Amino acid sequence: MSVVVPAMLENGFLQSALGGVLIGGAAAGLLLINGRIAGISGLLTGAISPKPQAFQWAFLLGLLAAGAIAGLSGRTASVALAAQTLPILAAAGLLVGFGACLGGGCTSGHGVCGLANLSLRSLVATVTFMTTAGLTVFVTRHLPGARGALKLAGLE
Amino acid sequence: MKILAAALLGLLFGAGLLLSGMTDPARVIGFLDVAGAWNPALALVMGSAVVVALPAFAFVRRTGKSIPGEPVRLPNRFNLTPALVLGAAIFGVGWGLVGLCPGPSLVVLSLSPIHVGVFVAALIVGLWIGGQVIAADPNDVTILHGTEDIIV
Repeated sequence: MSVVVPAMLENGFLQSALGGVLIGGAAAGLLLINGRIAGISGLLTGAISPKPQAFQWAFLLGLLAAGAIAGLSGRTASVALAAQTLPILAAAGLLVGFGACLGGGCTSGHGVCGLANLSLRSLVATVTFMTTAGLTVFVTRHLPGARGALKLAGLE
Repeated sequence: MKILAAALLGLLFGAGLLLSGMTDPARVIGFLDVAGAWNPALALVMGSAVVVALPAFAFVRRTGKSIPGEPVRLPNRFNLTPALVLGAAIFGVGWGLVGLCPGPSLVVLSLSPIHVGVFVAALIVGLWIGGQVIAADPNDVTILHGTEDIIV
């Protein structure tokens, strides 16, 4: 134990597992108390729709508050964020939003709630977005020409 | 009361994202980068979240109701469509590009208002464009999603 636990902490295994417990607990709570799915893209779509519901804004403000509280207690943004160019961030946001809408959910809606609901749709969606995300990382990190192409396109 | 509960649950969800590493794009890319210095820890986030949420979904599927006794409609589980796969594929490309998905982006918005602000603004525009595309052919809505709760 004395060796295993620090190693797991260092790689983030314990934090990831415990974080997942909190995420799953919150998703279970929203379903059991409010009768709603904790899919963030769905909540966001509802919140900015012509007929927003109070619970949608409440949950999203809770998410925003979590980061703000962490910030007050000294947490800073990942350096990986500032390393991204704004055009790349905009392109990624557009793809994530459009894809989540067309695909009916995002990491939380399909990957957490949908899988917990034993949904075949969500399983297919999760396997699909994990695959294309992995391929995208491979192309942008390991293919030497990809960075150059992004620079040429004015995105980097 | 239920509104307060939703706010606290959002806070809990956000705390979970912060603790898990999902709000750090470097960790997310490290998880997705199977060909590089792969760190599989983030698989545990989804794994443990699903295990914890399973009984709640089983309860609602069985009873059709929330604990306060109100009817709950869960999204269609079996209707596989081209839009589902195409949308998920596009989502994954965006996720892999910077390592941010919608939940974590909202959590870290206040920590990096300019960079994440651009992402979140584009995310909202993307959701809106997607809504327009779906609305352009209303007949497809049921085919694509099966329920009026378009996004799970």
